[in-house]
Amino acid sequence: MTSTFRTPEGGRVDRSTTVEFTFDGQTFPGHPGDTLASALLASGRHAIASSVKLGRPRGIAAAWAEDPSGLVQIEEPFPEPMLLASTVELYDGLVAHGLPGQGRLADVPDSARYDAMHVHVDVLVVGAGPAGLAAALTAARAGARVALVDEHSEAGGSLLSGTDRLDGAPAAGWVAAAVAELAAHPEVLHLQRTTAFGLYDDGFVLALQRRTDHLGGAAPRHEARQRVWRIRARQVVVATGAHERPVVFPDNDRPGIMLAGGARTFLHRYGVRVGSEAVVFTTNDSAYDAALDLHRAGVRVAAVVDARPEGSPLRAEECRAAGIPVRTGSVVAGTSGGDRITAALVAPLADGEVGRADELACDVLLVSGGWNPAVHLFSQARGRLRYDEVLGAFLPGERLDGLAVVGSAAGLLDLAGCLADGRRGASAALTALGIAPAAEVRLPTAPEPVVPAAPLVLWRVPDASGAEGSTSFVDLQRDATVADLARAAGAGLRSMEHVKRFTTIGTAHDQGKTSGVLASGITAELLGVPVQDTGTTTFRPPYTPVAFAALAGRDRGRLFDPERVTALHDWHVAAGAVFEDVGQWKRPRYYPRAGEDMAAAVLRECAAARSGVGILDGSTLGKIDVQGPDAAVLLDRMYTNLISSLKVGSVRYGVMCGVDGMVIDDGTVLRLAEDRFLLLTTTGGAAKVLDWLEEWVQTEWPELRVHLASVTEQWSTFPVVGPRSRDVVGAVFPDVDVSNEAFPFMTWRDTTLDGVPVRLARISFSGELAFEVYVNAWYAVAVWERLVEAGAPQGITPYGTETMHVLRAEKGYPIIGQDTDGTVTPHDLGMAWAVSKKKPDFVGKRSFARVENQNPLRKQLVGLLPVDRQTVLPEGSQVVDFLADGRLPPPPVPMLGHVTSSYRSAELARPFALALVKGGRARIGDTVHVPVGGTLVPVEVTSSVLVDPEGARRDG
Amino acid sequence: MADQLARTHPLEAWLPAFAELTGAVRIDAEPFVSMAVLRAARATTGDLRIRGTALPTAPNTWAPAGDGRLIWLGPDEWLLTSPGTAPEALEEELQTLLRPVGGSAADVSAQRISLRLGGPQARQVLAKGCSIDLHPRVFTAGQSTQTALGQAAVVLLALDEDEFAVLVRSSFAGYLASWLLDASLEHADPALTS
Repeated sequence: MTSTFRTPEGGRVDRSTTVEFTFDGQTFPGHPGDTLASALLASGRHAIASSVKLGRPRGIAAAWAEDPSGLVQIEEPFPEPMLLASTVELYDGLVAHGLPGQGRLADVPDSARYDAMHVHVDVLVVGAGPAGLAAALTAARAGARVALVDEHSEAGGSLLSGTDRLDGAPAAGWVAAAVAELAAHPEVLHLQRTTAFGLYDDGFVLALQRRTDHLGGAAPRHEARQRVWRIRARQVVVATGAHERPVVFPDNDRPGIMLAGGARTFLHRYGVRVGSEAVVFTTNDSAYDAALDLHRAGVRVAAVVDARPEGSPLRAEECRAAGIPVRTGSVVAGTSGGDRITAALVAPLADGEVGRADELACDVLLVSGGWNPAVHLFSQARGRLRYDEVLGAFLPGERLDGLAVVGSAAGLLDLAGCLADGRRGASAALTALGIAPAAEVRLPTAPEPVVPAAPLVLWRVPDASGAEGSTSFVDLQRDATVADLARAAGAGLRSMEHVKRFTTIGTAHDQGKTSGVLASGITAELLGVPVQDTGTTTFRPPYTPVAFAALAGRDRGRLFDPERVTALHDWHVAAGAVFEDVGQWKRPRYYPRAGEDMAAAVLRECAAARSGVGILDGSTLGKIDVQGPDAAVLLDRMYTNLISSLKVGSVRYGVMCGVDGMVIDDGTVLRLAEDRFLLLTTTGGAAKVLDWLEEWVQTEWPELRVHLASVTEQWSTFPVVGPRSRDVVGAVFPDVDVSNEAFPFMTWRDTTLDGVPVRLARISFSGELAFEVYVNAWYAVAVWERLVEAGAPQGITPYGTETMHVLRAEKGYPIIGQDTDGTVTPHDLGMAWAVSKKKPDFVGKRSFARVENQNPLRKQLVGLLPVDRQTVLPEGSQVVDFLADGRLPPPPVPMLGHVTSSYRSAELARPFALALVKGGRARIGDTVHVPVGGTLVPVEVTSSVLVDPEGARRDG
Repeated sequence: MADQLARTHPLEAWLPAFAELTGAVRIDAEPFVSMAVLRAARATTGDLRIRGTALPTAPNTWAPAGDGRLIWLGPDEWLLTSPGTAPEALEEELQTLLRPVGGSAADVSAQRISLRLGGPQARQVLAKGCSIDLHPRVFTAGQSTQTALGQAAVVLLALDEDEFAVLVRSSFAGYLASWLLDASLEHADPALTS
């Protein structure tokens, strides 16, 4: 392939370097600075793919993100679907092919890096065209903190696509000087290849920077390929330009049909002629620029077809001078061709009637139906849009605080006006911020604007072909036509939101950049209502597609969610622990020995704790330091039981309820001093309970003299558990008399180990004799190792959360959040003993008086013993009633409750479970059934306490 | 007497990786720093001085105090750090000062660890995961903030133009160290990363 359509000179591509790429299996040349689209067009290739539903050939229809049809799949260097040929910057080795509407995600992991960056600015300018550059310069010279973002590879906006002159020289010179000046301002952040894709409340804007995409396989591995900028701007200046709008006509979708402005961009920015023989179809003056520029570049322009009855006298004169025929009052009423347009059918249009058509041979048809200001960000900010009858477009219809829309985004279409408007918008932003503008910001002199002839608003050319608009495409990507809009109107749809969803117009990758306003206009015509009444659909982020990988950024792999670890984590790893996720914590679940599975390891660990000694890392338990003269008052109000009667040196188990009387947490309370307590919470409840206490202290009882502090990670906590625990603890802490008389159950003692303070507490979550060891986490490893070393003669066995669960379940100790679900009272758990009858009030007390709370059929915590002594009931299994004959009743099968915890028990030598069962305590001794797989497993209802109900073992 | 009990720093395993960073970003784990949280109603603390330093009353500030720092955490809450005082001694010292005015102190030495982050790209690294305004004119030496860095809650102190302290819960220290090293990758010596 050769670049037959590359102009001999001009454009902003680097002609000194040629790169090669592959499209649809064919090799093409191109230059740095090309897009995939411009390089294909330079080789005469327009067709990209067939359409999603109808399989019609489609090509490149625009030069940037508004292109509805030129979707490609990248295969190399990394598979990426649904990109536009018009926005993919070319690099050597690119392999791509056209996409018929749907792409393919990579089946290999994306090894590129993605990240995010926060930035705060006084003024954010979106768009580095003439208005945006003028705004950025104005803000920068005033010394403001400025961010200027623009989605193209270089600044300039529309100036890159035309022949504009500023200060008597090509505009590129002014652009380069502006960029250089901005680079010299230390407070300016100027980002190209950066799309502001979402605007949210309070000036929060998300922008995607494509940092190394354009480098292809040569991109450095350690730099993020794409970066999401999280910009917080005190003022936003939106200078996002305008999108050209096509006109809908029969067979308007053939390759070779494109927006007139796009053709001009391909010519001036990329040095590419889009064809050899062009027809230009327009409703306004701007397409004459394309016709004349292409003519000068050697393209034969067969005709300018101007729908306006009078055309544009001034521009027609220029065309006459150039020898370009102009047909006024005419339209393109159809096209011929296959993979490429071969002719435009040009016909007069009068009084809405299309006359007899002439066939004009061409290989490109350039269309302009006017310009739609890119009001996306303004609309995302919930700005109201106003329909402008003259432009046939929606414009910002109100002023928003902190957001100015300038330039052609605000409907201005002349260069001098855009420059001045950019300066005005930035000045207003500075004024709002109280920043004094620089004395004088001189704008470059643009040529006197020629007053254009009034545009004609023409949404569509009537279909005279008999096809009733079924080949008049409104949304090329969705294969949605005028006929579809007519069906929507016929079905009674009036809202554009409904029409959009009925027809799918505007739901593709481009989100209706070309089709949205057309759909509104045509729908208004069909319904016979003003366009202002149909309005537009809501503009939502993202403005252009953003890859999930970019949004995920660095929060993936190990950084996806923080892994919280205790001070002993490395010891657990070295000991071969299998870990369990408990919230964000990594907790050892069990420590398998060679050849052991979990069941075997847990049976062994349980046996050690019940017959010898085990040790657990309980450091994840929440811990709260409560101090102050009113500490006991607060705790009396927050726990269901009485805390104030606790003696210094003692420990009490406490239950906390919500205002609804349902259990929210439980744990032990150590009274450290008259006015100081240490609260233990569940692992998962640590933050929640502290917040809960703070909420009551701060909002309800600010008079209480009490202070709370989280000390969860301050104190490492190791329960040393089992009948031999006394020997081990006594050996490691010889200063403490560990006898039952001197150190009874539910008391604590302070001691030291080599000068380091250690606290011991007789607390048991297993029913066995047990000591909890508390130490500053700096010394956790040392103290743990001392205990393990000292316990070697007793066979001290580290155990994990699974064994902890079995041991506590055998004793009927509930886990809040596993055996409860927010609908369970202390009474339901059989803990009426933990609910004070003496206290005047506490959180949850009033709810206990509710009739429902007295209902004997409430679900209550009970034990279940499978009669077959074999089945481990799956947690979550239903407990069901059955008929006298042992059959299940017909559905819906009455449900009695469900299994909340279920394990094998070494101690019982059989599996057992805890369950919440309706009227459960009254059913103790009954047999109920649990469906497991296809069979009904009979289970005996028992007390929830299955091991040592007398509590004989806790003192050793 | 047996051997002195050894202390274990949560970031011990990360120190070699920190040491490999050169130039643009430096990360260090401060060794064991004693810390205590102070609580007292502002009205009661009038001329109270902690190691010669008045309790900072401006939100989000810190002040040097003795061999450590006194950090504002809330209208009635401060954090005192001291590398040179034993944890229990620090709590006792503060209890003695604060109890008479109805305040309290609690030892939280092992609750958090302290990281040092420095170098010309340090602010950039922080800005990758911290949503507050870190502009050198806004977040100046003497400022502090309680914020999120990545997904970890931190207390961030500006020590100097290019020097920061990051206090993070000990259980999150490994996560934050990994996060910071990963964030520093693009500023590392390219020879090491290619």
